[in-house]
Amino acid sequence: MNDKETQTHIVDYGTYIYIWLTLIAFTALTVSISGMHFGNIALMIAIVIAIIKAALVLNIFMHIKFDDIVFKVFAVLGILTLASIIILTFSDYLFR
Amino acid sequence: MSDLKGITINESVNNHHAHKDAVGARIGMWLFLITELLLFGGLFVIYGVYRYMNYTAFHNASLELNTSVGTINTIILLTSSLTIAMSITALQRGQKIISLILTGSTILFAIAFLVNKYFEWSAKFQHGIFPGSAELTSRPPGEILYFGLYFTMTGLHGVHVLIGIVVLSFIFVFIARDNITPDDYAKLENSALYWHLVDIIWIFLFPLFYLIK
Repeated sequence: MNDKETQTHIVDYGTYIYIWLTLIAFTALTVSISGMHFGNIALMIAIVIAIIKAALVLNIFMHIKFDDIVFKVFAVLGILTLASIIILTFSDYLFR
Repeated sequence: MSDLKGITINESVNNHHAHKDAVGARIGMWLFLITELLLFGGLFVIYGVYRYMNYTAFHNASLELNTSVGTINTIILLTSSLTIAMSITALQRGQKIISLILTGSTILFAIAFLVNKYFEWSAKFQHGIFPGSAELTSRPPGEILYFGLYFTMTGLHGVHVLIGIVVLSFIFVFIARDNITPDDYAKLENSALYWHLVDIIWIFLFPLFYLIK
């Protein structure tokens, strides 16, 4: 039982609220940047901010950061599969 | 891997009467989440290619979306992710009532998200914008594609929110009836994982549809 308990990582309320505030701040940032009409760069900034937000949710809210290696491998393999589909598709369309 | 085996053996020793394996259940949940990721990922690829081919039309069409509603819904979903994450902490600490309040709040936030979505789509319908409408089909092909993808992707996401409401309602009852306990909360944990994935998908839908002005 002790072994099991040491493996269970309880995340503080404070950590969650801190991450939530960061997510709200990034949302405010991405909305205000889109109002500035930067054109193509704005899209890149918006996607980078979305990736940072998703990484925060994945690591803290979904506990990947505190999980066993097998879960990290799962998540990374899933993301890499999607990334390779995206890269292969665009390496076709962008160079036609 | 050796750690993982350690947990599994340990749990099977301690819960031999229950035949439960929380780690195994979570691995299954993650497999399902990856299929969800690829389901929406395919739609994001379609969006990317069509946007590349119809750059101006996508820009013009996106001006018609209400950024405020999108922003409010983003904040609602982020907050609902916070409450369900905190609900697990509360349960782990044995605070059943707080866990119930937090799970209930998550359900209410999810309903609020769908109510906003309802008003947003109604406004579009009133302007004659829905798949196959006379107003929409008279527009350039790129704008038809944009709104087609908008209704498909936010619609599929909305269905996931609806499923989340049903699942979390069961979880609420399970916690209330002590079917989910501080020793055995795999159901709550896996439902929360699903809910966070729904949040992550919206994190990408929001800038791609609302913020490309």
